Amino acid sequence: MAGDGPSAPREIPVALDVRSIRKSFGSHEVLKGISLAAREHDVVAILGSSGSGKSTFLRCINLLETPDGGEVRLKGELIRMRQRGGMLVPADMKQVDRIRSRLSMVFQQFNLWQHMTILENVTAAQIHVLGRDRKSAVEKAEAMLAKVGVADKRGHYPGQLSGGQQQRVAIARALAMDPEVMLFDEPTSALDPELVNEVLKVMRDLAAEGRTMLIVTHEMGFAREAASHMLFLHQGLVEDEGPPREIMANPNSERFRQFLSGSLK
Amino acid sequence: MEDLVAYLPLLIQGLRLTLLLAVSTMLLGLVLGMLLALAKLSRHGWLARSAFVFTNFMRGIPEFLVLLMIYFGGTQVLDTALGPGVVNVSPWIAGLTALTLVFAAYASETIRGAYQSVPKGQIEAARAYGFSAWQAFRIVQLPQIWRLALPGIGNLWQGSLKDTALVSIVGLDDLMRKANQAAQTTRAPFTFYMAAALIFLVLTLLSMAIFTRLEKRASKSDRRT
Repeated sequence: MAGDGPSAPREIPVALDVRSIRKSFGSHEVLKGISLAAREHDVVAILGSSGSGKSTFLRCINLLETPDGGEVRLKGELIRMRQRGGMLVPADMKQVDRIRSRLSMVFQQFNLWQHMTILENVTAAQIHVLGRDRKSAVEKAEAMLAKVGVADKRGHYPGQLSGGQQQRVAIARALAMDPEVMLFDEPTSALDPELVNEVLKVMRDLAAEGRTMLIVTHEMGFAREAASHMLFLHQGLVEDEGPPREIMANPNSERFRQFLSGSLK
Repeated sequence: MEDLVAYLPLLIQGLRLTLLLAVSTMLLGLVLGMLLALAKLSRHGWLARSAFVFTNFMRGIPEFLVLLMIYFGGTQVLDTALGPGVVNVSPWIAGLTALTLVFAAYASETIRGAYQSVPKGQIEAARAYGFSAWQAFRIVQLPQIWRLALPGIGNLWQGSLKDTALVSIVGLDDLMRKANQAAQTTRAPFTFYMAAALIFLVLTLLSMAIFTRLEKRASKSDRRT
């Protein structure tokens, strides 16, 4: 369960194993070798000031950004990469697509498909990627929309919903894939303050259910309550990590201490 | 009036060819326009540049000239290459090719603009959920490109429907040519040109109505409640 990081039994298998991810944009090295192992049911909060590379790190895991080096394993399966013209590229795009379908991502800007109804947004990937038949996809979608509290919006279009509602639909879209790990890229950063809590509440429930989640966030209170493990990135490196309450109470790094005092004022 | 009744079957024959030509032009032009738009957006500079050169050329010269170049110029080139009269450029092929090339050149700009207006995040979300590149294009990008490009395509359709009249010059038996023939035989040009004009007007008004409906349907997602 969430929040019991250090005392969790050792035999819980690792769901996502990410090793030494490196990434540069031009001459700017954004990630200088970041590793992370998330066991099943872990909720990992990834913090860092803007420009610390935390979103890039998340996007390297599902290869929305192609890392320059490092390894990603989902349930032991390595995403195979190969060299091409001095660059690392996926060796098998089919494998990447398959792994991506097991790693649902929730975006800062929601990225709901604008031309589809809410229901279609939640069924599309089930049908086209997982190959589910329409009927079971719709059933699944309805259940997930009800779970996040927007079942009544099924026939609407994304543009007709508030940001908070859109993000909850995006979470339903992610859940409908029965993902093994969920990736959240600053899910509340684009929301009006009064809409943040409805999304955080849904995420807290998911954490309590034992979902494996990686969350890039600025919500310190949420991270402390919901996360089992916390990573603080600074200039492309892991500057501090550990169980949230411990490292937030006693930061090992001066940078993290400054970050905390800056964000808790 | 009697003349008009007598020649009506002829005009309708011509109308069928005009419609066939216009619809074929739009379908082929849309496919070619999409390919040209993708070429212009390509990472390969040489491909993008070639596509721009081609469409600027097509848009920069009179459509009439394109038609003449393909019909007469094409015949000349084929005769030189293969010997006189081995392969002939038919009025239909020449007309369809000329109208399609011009339609595609304009459509490629409309489609390119629409393509760039679809937010990147839409495609990224599709890829992140395991859609292949082709699936993301077909399921997420294409419907949104269509919605954005539809008004422009409607204008192009209307233009190219009217431009089919040019093809009568090279001897295609379209509505215009039939009207011309009737006008000359009966010596009642006003009657027959007016009849042709009214038929074109009905066609364009009808297609405007159809496009308005298509646009409405495609922009359901824009409606706010």
